[in-house]
Amino acid sequence: MDTEEYHDHPVRSYVLTSGRAHPSRNTLRPETLVRAVESRPVLSTAGRLERELVQLCRGTLALAEVAAYLQLPVSLVAVMVSDLVDSGNLTIRSNHQAHVLPGKDILEKILDGLRKL
Amino acid sequence: MDSASSDRTVPGQHLAPTVARSVKVLVVGAFGVGKTTLIGAVSEIDPLRTEERITTASVGIDPGQPNKETTTVAMDFGRITVTDDIALYLFGTPGQRRFWDLWAGLADGAVGALVMIDTRHLEDSFEVLDQLELRTKIPFAVVVNQFPDSPNYPLERVRAALDLLPETPIVECDARDRQSAVLTLITLVEHAMTFPVFQKVNA
Ligand SMILES: Nc1nc2c(ncn2[C@@H]2O[C@H](COP(=O)(O)OP(=O)(O)OP(=O)(O)O)[C@@H](O)[C@H]2O)c(=O)[nH]1
Ligand SMILES: [Mg+2]
Repeated sequence: MDTEEYHDHPVRSYVLTSGRAHPSRNTLRPETLVRAVESRPVLSTAGRLERELVQLCRGTLALAEVAAYLQLPVSLVAVMVSDLVDSGNLTIRSNHQAHVLPGKDILEKILDGLRKL
Repeated sequence: MDSASSDRTVPGQHLAPTVARSVKVLVVGAFGVGKTTLIGAVSEIDPLRTEERITTASVGIDPGQPNKETTTVAMDFGRITVTDDIALYLFGTPGQRRFWDLWAGLADGAVGALVMIDTRHLEDSFEVLDQLELRTKIPFAVVVNQFPDSPNYPLERVRAALDLLPETPIVECDARDRQSAVLTLITLVEHAMTFPVFQKVNA
C-alpha cells in the first residue's frame, strides 16, 4: 500500500467545513454509526460533499467508513456529520450514551457472536 | 483511480438495519508485525483505510522554535457484525513514536487492544507496550504472530521478556488465518470482562 497517495492541503479541511476546524460534537468517534434520514431532503445550500455523504449513508455505516469511502480524514468527516445531524439529515444510530463503555452484558453478547464465527 | 484497490472503495457495504451499536478494538504493534493482515483475515468487508493529518510536538531539535510538525497517519480498519445488533470494528494503528498521541484518542471507548508481537524483533515491541500502559488504561492481549523464520520461544519466555503482568493474556496466532485471528479477539474480550470498568450492565 502506498502511504504517499494522500495529499492534503493545509487549509483544505478549514475551507470545506466553512471555517470550523473542530467538530461541534465531541461525542462522535470513528466507530459511531450514522445513517441518513430518508424523509429529510438535503438543503439546497449543501455542498457536493455533504450530498455525497448523505447519499452514502442510505444504510448504516461507521464514521470511519464514511471517511474512507469519501477519502477524507475522520476529523473532517466528523465535522460534516455533526452539522448534518443538526440539520436533521443524518441520525446517530449508536453511542446514544457517549463516553459510556460497553457493559458486561454487551461483552457477553460479543463473545457469543465471536464464538459462532 | 488505482485499479488494484478500486473494488475496496466501492461504497454500499452497509450494516444490517438491525445493527444499532458499535464497539471497537485496537490492533497495535511495531512496523510490519501483521496488523493489516489480521484485520483483513477477520473483517467482513475489505479493510478500509483513512488518513489523518496530525500535528505532533517534535522533540528538542531546535529549542528556539515551537516544535511542531505535521505528519500523516494511516489507520486500517475492518468490521465484524458479531450479533444482529452489534458491530465490532478493528482499528489498526502504527506503532511508531510519532503516532502515540493518536492512541489516547482512539483508545477512548475501546474494549481493548491486541498488541501484535514479532519474536524476530522482540525489542521493537517494548516501546509499544510501554506507551500503551502509560497512555491508556485499556485491557490488552499480546498476540505473538508466527512467521516461518520465527524462533520457537515458549510463550512463557516471551511473557518474561516482555515483562507482562501474570493476568495479561498472551497467545500465538497466524494473522492470515481467520479462526486464529478470531481466537485472539475472544481472548481479549474475555480478559476485558475481568476489568471493573466493564462490570456494569447497560441495556
Ligand atoms: N507467514 C506469515 N506472514 C505474515 C503473517 N502476518 C503477516 N504476514 C506478512 O508480513 C507482512 C507484513 O504484514 P502486515 O499485515 O502488512 O503488517 P502491518 O503490521 O500492517 O505493517 P505496517 O502497517 O506497515 O506497520 C506481509 O507481507 C504479510 O503477508 C503471518 O501470520 N504469517
Ligand atoms: Mg498495516
